[in-house]
Amino acid sequence: MNSSIVENKPLSLKLFSGVFIIIWLFVAAFPFFWTFWGSFKVELDFFSKENWTNAITGIRTLHETGGNFTGNGYHGAWVQEEFWRASLNTGIVCFFVVLISLTIGTLGGYALSRSNFRYAFWLLILALVFRAMPPITLVSGYLLPFFEWGLWGKLSTTIVVLVAINQPFTLWMLHSFFKKIPKELDESAMVDGCTAFQAFRHVIIPVMWPGVITTGLFSFLLAYNDFAVTAMLLSKENQTMVPKIASFMGTTQTEGNVMFAVAAVVLATVPLFILVMFFQRQIVSGLTAGAVKG
Amino acid sequence: MLLFIFLPIISVITQSLHIAHEQVFVEVENCDFFGCKKSTSVDRAATEQLRSEKPLGRFVGLDNYFNRSHLASSELAAAWESSASLGEFYNQLFNLPLYRAIIFTLVYTAVVTPLLIIFGFIVAVAVNSINEKLKGLVIFFSLLPMIVTPLVGSLILFWMIDARGIIGSTLQILLDNPDLSLKASTPLTWITLIVYGVWHATPFAFVVFYAGLQTLPQDTLESAMIDGASRWERIRYVVIPHLMPLVTFVALIQLMDNFRVFEPIVGFNASAHATSLSWIIYNDLDGESRLLSSASTTSVLTIIGVIILLSPVLVRAWRDWDRQA
Repeated sequence: MNSSIVENKPLSLKLFSGVFIIIWLFVAAFPFFWTFWGSFKVELDFFSKENWTNAITGIRTLHETGGNFTGNGYHGAWVQEEFWRASLNTGIVCFFVVLISLTIGTLGGYALSRSNFRYAFWLLILALVFRAMPPITLVSGYLLPFFEWGLWGKLSTTIVVLVAINQPFTLWMLHSFFKKIPKELDESAMVDGCTAFQAFRHVIIPVMWPGVITTGLFSFLLAYNDFAVTAMLLSKENQTMVPKIASFMGTTQTEGNVMFAVAAVVLATVPLFILVMFFQRQIVSGLTAGAVKG
Repeated sequence: MLLFIFLPIISVITQSLHIAHEQVFVEVENCDFFGCKKSTSVDRAATEQLRSEKPLGRFVGLDNYFNRSHLASSELAAAWESSASLGEFYNQLFNLPLYRAIIFTLVYTAVVTPLLIIFGFIVAVAVNSINEKLKGLVIFFSLLPMIVTPLVGSLILFWMIDARGIIGSTLQILLDNPDLSLKASTPLTWITLIVYGVWHATPFAFVVFYAGLQTLPQDTLESAMIDGASRWERIRYVVIPHLMPLVTFVALIQLMDNFRVFEPIVGFNASAHATSLSWIIYNDLDGESRLLSSASTTSVLTIIGVIILLSPVLVRAWRDWDRQA
């Protein structure tokens, strides 16, 4: 709707949509702020039986630690429960998953987009099926052979599995992106005497970054958010953040441990927060790319 | 790539046809003062050896599919015979793990998908009409529930609805019921999960619809205005038809996502009241026992379910493609 329509809106409608947006923002963002704020309190404040305002004022926190805020939860999670190790593992897994799937994805996607066979259709089907299939159904297939071959529990195994699950989607996304780059571009490069590879290197690579970044973001999110694969395929000392948080849940009976989990949750959310802040445009365009086409 | 896609599927199917070896029994004769007694005991060494030699287990054919924890054909028939009314049959059905999971998944999908489409649409229309400068900020916060790790998102809400958390205790005061717990009863747990599902997925619908609104044909809108269409009529007859393909797209994606609902059940610790197919597999695989064959059987059933779910889409895609070519 352009400005001429917006301007003659009745006041009541403006008010209504304004109020609605505020409510929506509250619903969407408040849980995060609440948890972030609460993560600096002690358990008795964050889960207060007497009065919910305790979580804001932090009476117990003052009483127990002598300050309005406490980093105990973070210290406990990061050092005592070795959450740093999990973060490191997540970093390794995400880095390699993105790297490998983008490498295969760009080369493969480019090749497929320049071929006339109906690969694209099968790719789309594969991507769709994998979107619909819970990854855990495949995990139960992986487990037994991995046990037998002694591959279970290693980070590298998980990386390969995540790449494999992710690949049809990556390929399809990059394929449709490369389709939009006109064929004449690399043809003219070849006329000028480039080999096929040189054409890719000098002509396509400089213009492909928007698509690659968007696709990379989505593979990153997949690797980062995955729970089913990492929880099942990684041994305890190799756990990434998400299964680690899940395992906190089992050991939260003693007081104070819940706050470790709360702190860990905040720690796991912060990178995503930053990611959305910087790549909002790419995420939105990636989400809508499929919609506009389909 | 193909290696990692098809081999596990084959492996899942093979495993689902086997079950773990039975323990090997040996008969031992114990002779004491009163005479000799024969007793059977488990031969651990032999069992271990058998299991390590043939890790797949025994071949049992399709038995796995029809036992109690999967399709439960005999239990189903018995329940159908014995129950007088449909309600009673439903109650018996609810006790069988697989059907319980399917019922929950269906209810969840059926409720969440339309709700999030409606919410996403309203948010998109509202955001579209606000000040240009605020939009970026609003979109940023709107994306958060979707981007955040599902497990983490559900945990955040889980702590808030705890009886001692902010929402849980507020509800207790509002409803004047100090014993109210959202985790204790099945319907309340379902409602919680559904609320989480809507919260998690509305941003996706919002973003897609918002992008759709940017491509709205202005001249159609203006001619509708000239023809005297009210604001509501313009939305009804111009905006919604324009967004209809996107609604199909969102519904399709959400149908797939909701079909594999899994993390919230772990996060909300709700498995006593609500389970899904994925959760059953996870539960079988987790822990000491690792019921591989049982998990594989459920996996095969899930894959079949996915194929059935997707088949209309696949057929349509096939036809579209043919027309294009």
